[in-house]
Amino acid sequence: MITTASLVRRYLLLTLLLGLSAMLAVRVGAVGLSLSDIIAAIRGTADSATRTIVVGLRIPRVVLAALCGAALAISGATYQALLRNTLAEPYILGVSSGAALGAVAATVFGLDRLSPWIIPAFAFAGALAAIVLVLRVALVAGRVLDRRTLLLAGVVVGAFCNAAVLLFLTFADAESFRSAVFWMMGSLAGATWQHVLLLAVPLVIASVVLFGFARSLNLLAVGEPTAAALGVPVERVKYLCFALASVLAAAAVAVSGVIGFVGLIIPHAVRLMWGSNYRQLLPSAALLGAIFLVAADAAARTVAAPTELPIGVLTALVGVPVFVVLLRRRDD
Amino acid sequence: MTDVAWQVERVSFRHPGASRDAVRDVTCKLAGGGVTAILGPNGAGKSTFVRLLIGLAAPTSGIVQFHGRSLGSWTRGTIAREIGFVPQGEESVFPMSVREVVAMGRYPHLGPWRAETEEDRRLVRHALEDVDAFPFADRPFSTLSGGEQQRVRIARALAQHGSALVLDEPTAGLDVRHEIELFALLRGLASYGRTVVLVTHNLSLASRLADRVLLFSEGELVAHGDTAAVLTGERLTRVYGWPIDVVRHPGPGEEAGRPLVVPRLTAPVEAPRP
Repeated sequence: MITTASLVRRYLLLTLLLGLSAMLAVRVGAVGLSLSDIIAAIRGTADSATRTIVVGLRIPRVVLAALCGAALAISGATYQALLRNTLAEPYILGVSSGAALGAVAATVFGLDRLSPWIIPAFAFAGALAAIVLVLRVALVAGRVLDRRTLLLAGVVVGAFCNAAVLLFLTFADAESFRSAVFWMMGSLAGATWQHVLLLAVPLVIASVVLFGFARSLNLLAVGEPTAAALGVPVERVKYLCFALASVLAAAAVAVSGVIGFVGLIIPHAVRLMWGSNYRQLLPSAALLGAIFLVAADAAARTVAAPTELPIGVLTALVGVPVFVVLLRRRDD
Repeated sequence: MTDVAWQVERVSFRHPGASRDAVRDVTCKLAGGGVTAILGPNGAGKSTFVRLLIGLAAPTSGIVQFHGRSLGSWTRGTIAREIGFVPQGEESVFPMSVREVVAMGRYPHLGPWRAETEEDRRLVRHALEDVDAFPFADRPFSTLSGGEQQRVRIARALAQHGSALVLDEPTAGLDVRHEIELFALLRGLASYGRTVVLVTHNLSLASRLADRVLLFSEGELVAHGDTAAVLTGERLTRVYGWPIDVVRHPGPGEEAGRPLVVPRLTAPVEAPRP
């Protein structure tokens, strides 16, 4: 049984880990920094070069990594309950493909040179358009939000967007091609405080609301008839939670590109360690996702320095073995 | 308890796009307290009728009242606080402990952001004790046997803390012993004043343990009332399209004289086909 005291201990521990990994992540990079450099930079007493690196580059990047990890983990956990599918993740309904289509279109047509906000804006719009299209397709096929129809519609719309992305890339020049492909691999390079704000607002709203629906998600994972009989207004809750999880995924993709694996694996890791009750799963997954992505981004910057690895490659390379260990422990 | 729990008036239900009513023009009263069994062949409309009783389906025509108020005007939450429900065949995709499953029964009593109170935990504990599931409260639900799982689902419905309990084929897939134990558990719950309504295919157990029965055939309620009065060999033979005898239980004890339903092994040539 999970007691309130053990829950508080767990959240404190995870918050502490997040703080530690964030501090470490701010220190490492092309220029190594000591803790006193960082404190001086935050207090404004360091030289301007250090200040720019710490306050203008490192901290927003680390904060953005944390927010992305939290957003993807919450989004994935929500999709898994709504679709009653353990393989569900934030991109399963075509969010990433739609975002990629938007971003690639902007790159190939050279719009990205107009403003740094063009790519996030196009990616976000593409992601939301894909979700709306998926819902439309699912509604044509069935009366209500049937999870199997939704999954099929997600696959179909995703395939369509991917085809369109390849079509655009066929006609792209070498430079656009390269930047488009790198965008699709996900990166937190170029993170600014504006990016942070762009993700923080939807993240705060969605996580507070979704936490309120944690018990509904528990019941929806058991089954819709059960949920309805126990008092869940099923259709309303499903639409709202789908919308919030999709906006979270879309916002994360818009600011960081497609970072796979976090949204799939983090909720499962929480389940394996602490069980599936969404009242504790959602906050735990948010914290664990944040820690994981902060650490992964720090590693991506340093492991093969000066070359920066695509963070999506790292999340999978590190995440898979860790997950296998967790699975094994479960069997014992 | 002799007050009326459900009052069903001229209720029909047709699935969208279907060519005939799944439930046709049913009128009946279900008394509060005791055990009521809903019987009938496959496809007779039993499960649909149960969905109407708990407001999961809205009647195409007619009205379903629970304690004098039309279910159509209730929110899902209000219904869930009044009527506990054990659905047929459900399976969570994620692992849950027994206690977590039962705690879900408190859902209709909890606001979105509210944490469970001591009172909620107490009711969950009581529900676990009522079905003798307390000893394995912290085990994973998926490791329980079919009979234990069903008892835990009943505990979840008890944690809803309503006056009535509705079960859709609660003993499907259980062996004889677990089936009878479950029926005995439901009888026990009814003896404390709860209204228990269940769908079952086990005619012989229903005839011995239910106070009242509703007999459905092709969407229509063909007979309802006192178990011994409704369950006659001639009526069951007609409804099930198979020769069925009803004899009196030879005893011992409280079962003596109750109807005992015995289907024949071979159908006579003139048996009517459904």
